[in-house]
Amino acid sequence: MSANAGTRVLLVGGTSEIGLAIVRRLGMREPVRAVLMGRDPAALAAAADALEREHHAAAVSVQPLDAAQLSAHESAVADAFERFEGFDLVVLAIGVLGAQAGLDADPAQAAEVMRVNFVDTGSLLLELLRRLRAQRHGTLVVLSSVAAERARAGNAVYGAAKAGLDALAQGLADATAATGIRVLVVRPGFVRGRMTAGLKPAPMATTPDAVADATVRALDTRAHTVWVPGRLRFVFALLRHLPRPIYRRLPL
Amino acid sequence: MPPSKAVAAIADEAPGGARLDGTPASIQGWGGGGRTPVTLVRARAADDLDAALASWRDSPGAGAVARGMGRSYGDAAQLTGGLVLDTSALKHFDVDPIGGTVTAEAGATIGELLSVVVPAGWMVPVVPGTQHVTVGGAIAADIHGKNHGRAGTFGTHVEALGLLTSGGELLELEPGRDRERFSATTGGMGLSGVILWARIRLLAVSGALLSVDTDRVADLEGALSALAAPGGEYRVAWLDLLGGGSGRGIVTRARHVDLPAGAETARGRAGAVARATVPARWPAGLLRPATVRAFNELRFRIAPHRERGRLEAIGAHMFPLDVLDAWPRLYGPRGLVQYQLVVPAGQEHALHSVLDRLHRSRVPCYLAVLKDFGAANEAPLSFPLRGWTLALDMPRAAPGLGELLDGFDELVAGVGGRVYLAKDSHLRPATLAAMYPRLGEWRRVRDELDPDGLWRSDLGVRTGLIPPRPQ
Repeated sequence: MSANAGTRVLLVGGTSEIGLAIVRRLGMREPVRAVLMGRDPAALAAAADALEREHHAAAVSVQPLDAAQLSAHESAVADAFERFEGFDLVVLAIGVLGAQAGLDADPAQAAEVMRVNFVDTGSLLLELLRRLRAQRHGTLVVLSSVAAERARAGNAVYGAAKAGLDALAQGLADATAATGIRVLVVRPGFVRGRMTAGLKPAPMATTPDAVADATVRALDTRAHTVWVPGRLRFVFALLRHLPRPIYRRLPL
Repeated sequence: MPPSKAVAAIADEAPGGARLDGTPASIQGWGGGGRTPVTLVRARAADDLDAALASWRDSPGAGAVARGMGRSYGDAAQLTGGLVLDTSALKHFDVDPIGGTVTAEAGATIGELLSVVVPAGWMVPVVPGTQHVTVGGAIAADIHGKNHGRAGTFGTHVEALGLLTSGGELLELEPGRDRERFSATTGGMGLSGVILWARIRLLAVSGALLSVDTDRVADLEGALSALAAPGGEYRVAWLDLLGGGSGRGIVTRARHVDLPAGAETARGRAGAVARATVPARWPAGLLRPATVRAFNELRFRIAPHRERGRLEAIGAHMFPLDVLDAWPRLYGPRGLVQYQLVVPAGQEHALHSVLDRLHRSRVPCYLAVLKDFGAANEAPLSFPLRGWTLALDMPRAAPGLGELLDGFDELVAGVGGRVYLAKDSHLRPATLAAMYPRLGEWRRVRDELDPDGLWRSDLGVRTGLIPPRPQ
């Protein structure tokens, strides 16, 4: 085997279905060396084993990361970048859905959804971008959501948190564009998967593989935002500008 | 081509000056502990050995044994009151870069060979946990490396060796032609004669880098299965036996990597460079369960849970302890005992029993290393046999150590296992015979090679490898 060949991918949120699908999809077209970061070592090791077994990636490693521990973000990200001597692609795939209730959401759970999806993930986003800027190359994929474009009554908490992350990613993308660092924001619609198990799929529902497919295709273009399915871009371009009295009456 | 052609012929003309009569010295094993008085001859050329023996051979009660870098933990390379032939200055070696062999004098070390052969695209096929062992010692102990399952022992790769007999004859032994005498010498602990040189088959590699896979494991079972997982041929598990007794650990599997021509070759070093040394008067007692437990905790935490394909230099991966010179001094003036055992495959329960007894005893084990072994070879005293080998480092001064090791000996012998003579400080004659059932076969060949019983060592006398001195 050849040493160090392949695209070096860091998946933050190493057991994320969409994140792993992106690594797999990338691995189908080019040699990939992946590092999975996350909290549960056993689940990460199982995911790493699966990637290797299916030959989607060679040399899959696992690094510990507790996203809830903000003070540890800097050292955890630094450790990963130093130990593996940098990355070509970083995928930030941390998020929780919570019960899809707006105003009636359990307060503790609502706070948790906002904390994980915006504060924890946002802090990691900053740290990862700083590291990419220091190494002077690389792409950061941020998993956002179409809910970030316009939150609905039913998913206001989740949508607002994702909107925060989405805005942060876009703002920082513009800040780092001059340094050659690229940020790709991915906005899937309803994704059928572990995170949405038991929920009634929304219109134009998609799958982790479809999201991965669109993301990897977008990597070859100069796109900064990708909607999955692509039609959602135009749907939300329209929805975003609908007057509120009409929007709130839509059966979404 | 043997580096020294005709020791016997030159012996007659050897300058029999005072330096060849040897000088009084006191020496000890690598594990430290008590020093013992010997007469030491430091050979500057192979001829010196025969000259020294010529004057010593006839003195009453004489005995002699060769010594290299003194890396045996116990008393294998010393003889109280006897003659010790230090061969560590006999370092000449020639590499055949086309045929892939190296012909080396006995005192050349593995590290010295690696520094030359690796840049030429070759690897010494079996390397131990330190680069500071000599070729002579590697053959006498029939050493193994982390790749025993694939490569077998060091002796397996020796095409020919030169043996100085007690009668002053220089034999050139080849495994095919002189099977018995060759096999009595590989693993023979230096008691068949003095190994003067050897021709070693090398392994073709493309650089000094290894691709290393790492897994954390929760207990002994996890370590055994991670060692058996597919992956690199250099496999080893470090176990933390102070962290609650579960035997959690770190398993690495490494393999040589093929590099594109010219790529990254400058990164890897074949050897390990000592970055520090432990002072001679290191205070006893700093190495305590509490401090080592803290160190183990740190080591365990910084190890990745699971890592694949990390590139490491051969030296850094194979010889981690060599960065700290004289590390046994950490154990204080009494030093350490390393107890290395092997149990046959299928007898894993014996490993559990050993760890269990160790945990229940009050003897702290500061370093524990577990490896898998492939098939045994045909040398009667060669240590490895198919199964699992466990090496335990414990302070020699620990109360109750003797009883603990007695129990281990009985347990290991009972399941058809054995302990490694090169590390031994403890074994007794009755257990030796049980662990090495082909001892009689080895003794017969040895007695033919050394009818007067010149070659003796403290290890040999203590364990009953050689009979008590006649008359």
